[in-house]
Amino acid sequence: MNKMILILSIAVGLYACSGNAPKKEATADQTATTTENGNPSYDPERGTGKFTNVTVSPTLDNALATAGQKVYDVKCSSCHKLTEEKLVGPGWKDVTKRHKPEWILNFVTNTDEMLQKDSKAQAMLEICLVRMPNQNLTDEEARNAYEFMRKNDGVK
Amino acid sequence: MKPFNQTFLIISVAAASWLTACKPNNAATAVSGDAAIKAYVAPGKYDEFYNFVSGGFSGQMSVYGLPSGRLLRVIPVFSVDPEKGYGYSENTKAMLNTSHGFVPWDDLHHTELSQTNGEIDGRWVFANANNTPRVARVDLKTFRTAEIIELPNSAGNHSSPFITENTEYVVAGTRFSVPIGDNQDVPISSYKQNFKGSLSFISVDKTTGNMNIAFQLQTPGVNFDLSHAGKGPSHGWFFFSCYNSEQANTLLEVNASQRDKDFILAVNWKKAEEYLKAGKGVKKASKYSHCRYDEKSHTATSETLNEVTVLDPAVLKDICYFIPCPKSPHGCDVDPSGEYIVGSGKLAALIPVFSYTKIQKAIADKAFDGEFEGIPVIKYEAALYGEVQKPGLGPLHTEFDGKGNAYTSFFVSSEIVKWNIKDLKVLDRVPTYYSIGHLCIPGGDSRKPNAKYVIAYNKITKDRYLPTGPELAQAAQIFDITGDKMQLILDFPTIGEPHYAQAVSADLISKNSTKFYRIDDNANAYVTKGEKESKVVREGNKVHVYATSIRSHFAPDNIEGVKVGDEVYFHITNLEQDWDIPHGFAVKGANNAELLIMPGETQTLKWIPEKAGVYPFYCTDFCSALHQEMSGYIRVSGPGNNVPISFSLGKTNEAEAAK
Repeated sequence: MNKMILILSIAVGLYACSGNAPKKEATADQTATTTENGNPSYDPERGTGKFTNVTVSPTLDNALATAGQKVYDVKCSSCHKLTEEKLVGPGWKDVTKRHKPEWILNFVTNTDEMLQKDSKAQAMLEICLVRMPNQNLTDEEARNAYEFMRKNDGVK
Repeated sequence: MKPFNQTFLIISVAAASWLTACKPNNAATAVSGDAAIKAYVAPGKYDEFYNFVSGGFSGQMSVYGLPSGRLLRVIPVFSVDPEKGYGYSENTKAMLNTSHGFVPWDDLHHTELSQTNGEIDGRWVFANANNTPRVARVDLKTFRTAEIIELPNSAGNHSSPFITENTEYVVAGTRFSVPIGDNQDVPISSYKQNFKGSLSFISVDKTTGNMNIAFQLQTPGVNFDLSHAGKGPSHGWFFFSCYNSEQANTLLEVNASQRDKDFILAVNWKKAEEYLKAGKGVKKASKYSHCRYDEKSHTATSETLNEVTVLDPAVLKDICYFIPCPKSPHGCDVDPSGEYIVGSGKLAALIPVFSYTKIQKAIADKAFDGEFEGIPVIKYEAALYGEVQKPGLGPLHTEFDGKGNAYTSFFVSSEIVKWNIKDLKVLDRVPTYYSIGHLCIPGGDSRKPNAKYVIAYNKITKDRYLPTGPELAQAAQIFDITGDKMQLILDFPTIGEPHYAQAVSADLISKNSTKFYRIDDNANAYVTKGEKESKVVREGNKVHVYATSIRSHFAPDNIEGVKVGDEVYFHITNLEQDWDIPHGFAVKGANNAELLIMPGETQTLKWIPEKAGVYPFYCTDFCSALHQEMSGYIRVSGPGNNVPISFSLGKTNEAEAAK
């Protein structure tokens, strides 16, 4: 008899646990989505990630852009053309005019979270249907790639 | 119909009553109410231990999570694995080179995790090949076979790959003695004159893990079975069990079971090192192969070595001592204190426990019972601490809990018996289903066991799982040993036949796990760093395809200009730089296997097309929503059709017309 009670109470315990846990997560997720997207504290111009303020000089840093082209060749060119043409991902032409540097750098270095939370990133995913792979760019590589994007967009 | 029905009824009643009668022996009754909770690991949660299990005649090593018994990975070691391209890709073929050429299969019996100061350090796990004698080292950052070294002058490498407490050496001993030297073409019946055993001591580089045969001890012709190193006070010694001291060469089942006692061989390897330094070793010509996998070039290389240094313990008297041990000893296990050596005679009805201190005293006092082929034999009583009386039938192996207790597996009586080392009293016994071979406690052969579970690796499965024809899954069983009584909590099937296994706290290994290979570090000779570099190059009748893969296309994906009979090499570089994004590569009609290319890696598949036509290739590992689109074509032309080499990606007739 004692054994049966034990088994029963364990079962109830398990049931209680399994009922609660996912619910909690779902609520947490929902809150996150509403605050990030609907709340003014989320800046859709900058996105989410470690880049909150990037200073960009009006003229091109050629050394950075050259290093950035190397990053592009190995890690980006498979899916992004330098023209307007969409391949797997959108073409890079004018990307620096469409997005702020913070948004681009955050998307490149914090890809998964951006795809989960940022509405502009999600809108692109609906068009491309292939999640941008996290190519594990270092901050420096990302900044270099950004300078190469600027060069591609005609910054001298 | 009626008589038939009646018979049927009678039979079913008989069967039912037989079932009832059998019930006390059925495992279902042995499982108590909270077993499921003890073995339950919730979805998404990690297991507490990694369990590295030998795959026996599969030649591979499997990795399970404990206590859930979930299979996490099968690591290809000594057998080819088409699923991973292991032994099929140009990169990995060299791993299976031996002095006998390419050997695609072996029999992996034991696993041993590397140790520092007698504790598992989580860096490597070693494995032995029983058939074509070799030792492998698996890197626990990548869970891949990093190195394999062949053992010359050896056959049936069974008492291996056990290690010293700082992984100074991995040992290998011959289960089958064989003729050694220049003339090996001798009558089998000349065993006693011509057959020798050998014990290899393989040094392991502290930093890189690289293995080299430091020396071999040439021994009398017997069958070495298992071994374990001394630890703590007995560090510097190694203990090998051996049977067939009768030196039989036929019907061993009977002829090697004649003597009351065989031996445990105690080896003073520190003394052997001294002799080696003093130049007492003899260099002997002997071909063997050494294979390594380089993580930067993603390529294996093998070299043939021609010489090994041999020490003769019959001449260098104070390296080796035989200790009599009852009835064909199998397991040879040293307790965490390093003082007690447990020998397990397969046919014995007792377990002898030897004392390291007494062995030292016996050697000092020369308490010998003569010699066996030039090696002193210590008097049984002079080495013996005591015997566990009537523990069970057919003791095989012993692991320790670090709390003064030993757990011994019994094949014949199919049980695990827990006993106290100091007073040699049996404390508990539990049946296994069925016929246990090895057993494993996490850290159970180290100085610091983590004794939460003991896992039984059983030889017979019989009725434990749904039947699958004549061949059944092998079985492992987990027992909780945190209380006084062992408690069965879970059965799980294993791959191949499990022999020895080791387990370790997951956090020691999981934190170091490689997630992907950095593309910048890729030093493969055929790497394609970016689609810009992708190309197809003809060199005589060889065609090299330098291609990349990323979600979800290959570059290039249209290739022409290949001729029937060309050797085509597909060098595929996976440009992904994220965890868990391998791409596969398969081409129609390839008579080897697929490639499975990890992020940042380059792998090469050789393909010789035999018929003209257009062959599709595709990615085999589901990678994205457009995985089904990840494919391409390669055109193969007949001898009369002079098509130049060309390659492209995204080139269409429409696009061409627009230009």
